[in-house]
Amino acid sequence: MAYSDKVLEHYNNPRNVGSLDKSADDVGTGVVGAPECGDVMKLQIQVEGDTIVDAKFKTFGCGSAIASSSLATEWLKGRSLDDAMTINNTEIVQELSLPPVKIHCSVLAEDAIKAAINDFKSKQGADPSQA
Amino acid sequence: MNAPIYLDYQATTPVDPRVLEEMLPYFGEIYGNAASRSHAFGWQAEEAVGQGRERIAHLIGASSKEIIFTSGSTEGINLAMKGVAQMYGSKGKHIITSQAEHKAVLDTAKRLEKDGFEVTYLAPDSKGRHSADQVAEAMREDTILVTIMWANNEIGSINPIREIGALCKERGVLFFTDGTQAVGKVPVDVEADNVDLLCLSGHKIYGPKGVGALYVRRRNPRVRLVAQMDGGGHERGMRSGTLNVPAIVGLGKACEVCEADMDTDREHALSLRTRFEEKVFGALDHVHLNGHPDHRLPACSNISFSYVEGESMIMGISNLAVSSGSACTSASLEPSHVLMSMGVGDELAHSSIRFGFGRFTTEEDVDAAAEQVIAAVKRLRELSPLYEMVLEGVDLSKIQWDAH
Repeated sequence: MAYSDKVLEHYNNPRNVGSLDKSADDVGTGVVGAPECGDVMKLQIQVEGDTIVDAKFKTFGCGSAIASSSLATEWLKGRSLDDAMTINNTEIVQELSLPPVKIHCSVLAEDAIKAAINDFKSKQGADPSQA
Repeated sequence: MNAPIYLDYQATTPVDPRVLEEMLPYFGEIYGNAASRSHAFGWQAEEAVGQGRERIAHLIGASSKEIIFTSGSTEGINLAMKGVAQMYGSKGKHIITSQAEHKAVLDTAKRLEKDGFEVTYLAPDSKGRHSADQVAEAMREDTILVTIMWANNEIGSINPIREIGALCKERGVLFFTDGTQAVGKVPVDVEADNVDLLCLSGHKIYGPKGVGALYVRRRNPRVRLVAQMDGGGHERGMRSGTLNVPAIVGLGKACEVCEADMDTDREHALSLRTRFEEKVFGALDHVHLNGHPDHRLPACSNISFSYVEGESMIMGISNLAVSSGSACTSASLEPSHVLMSMGVGDELAHSSIRFGFGRFTTEEDVDAAAEQVIAAVKRLRELSPLYEMVLEGVDLSKIQWDAH
């Protein structure tokens, strides 16, 4: 399996690894994937007002899954929630030059972003389906 | 980046210099066709082939007349299974094999199913082995062939071949074993071990690639095969095609060296494997050995690192030449069929790595490998949400994962 330079770079130097307090009101947590499928992503955001001020991840998965979630945390910081909701997996595919067999990693990252945002919103009492 | 370390001896082995040296003249001045009976060039080649045959036969306790040269074990498996099925198909249509066999056996079995045979695929136990009792239970009136591998290529577990062979002999069922990983590494005696057919491959035993042999019993019983390659009637009509003399010379020499060095090779591999496993198991928690701890090839160590995914693990130890699952399936994302058949869960199957040590592996190689493995697992576990949950006391099996 040949990896792109960007995947290797994120794999070797993953950004924003770690965990935020998942019980805090200003933190949204998304956990997606399943161990038996070979990938689980946990992505967390910390929100002030409408802006994502911090993002952290932990990923069990291949190099492309690690890179996709690492990239996602980079892109999330500083974005508004609505803006973050528009992040699409194809942007991740392009940025990391993911081959077709690894597209599911980008889909998982997009799912993790949306799950984290919805978790945050539900904590604020909003109905996530309206997001 | 340090020099890469080769730890994939189950995939292939380097050619031993003693083997190479003996092969070289047969690429040059000695070029006759072993089938040419009318001149000295042919006789010389035939003599070299004859010596190769003797050496192979000696290693496995056979007679040289029972050795059929092939291109390797895939061909040997195809010839043995299809050859037996087509020859004895009128006697019965039932074949017994194992879910943990190499794809060459499984795919040949599937082909035979399409041709009207019925195949029982036995599940191995949790250590990857089969018992003679299990085979006995699966036997039917119309069973004509049992195919159980001697030692597994992914986990190294060794089957009780002598007992399974004795059962087959008693029931009058032919017994074929894939000896690719076992021959040259552990003692093999086709007489004492009650084997009717056995395949072996040159490149797994420090010989050249593209050559192998099929042992076909000549008496008690005399096994007959339908040839899969028609032509000049070479190899007692079972495998036509001009013999690859240099490769056969190499295979023969490789067998001779394996026989002479078997004890040294085994002690060397065992000491390296023990050294490696002691380091890895001593430094890391949640590490599992796949396969049988004792009934196992001395050079094989298949380990699952919980909460670390196999492909990211291989990236993390990119300096080490190892396999995740078997080399034949590592291009796909499917977890190993061998581990699955043993009941190893998906998650552990995804996180398994096979380390193979061999004649040219050094203690320095093993130390460097263990160090890199330990560092990679620790780093990836810092990244792993599963490991974090386990440290928090979460039972992962109780979580509703959204499978995708």
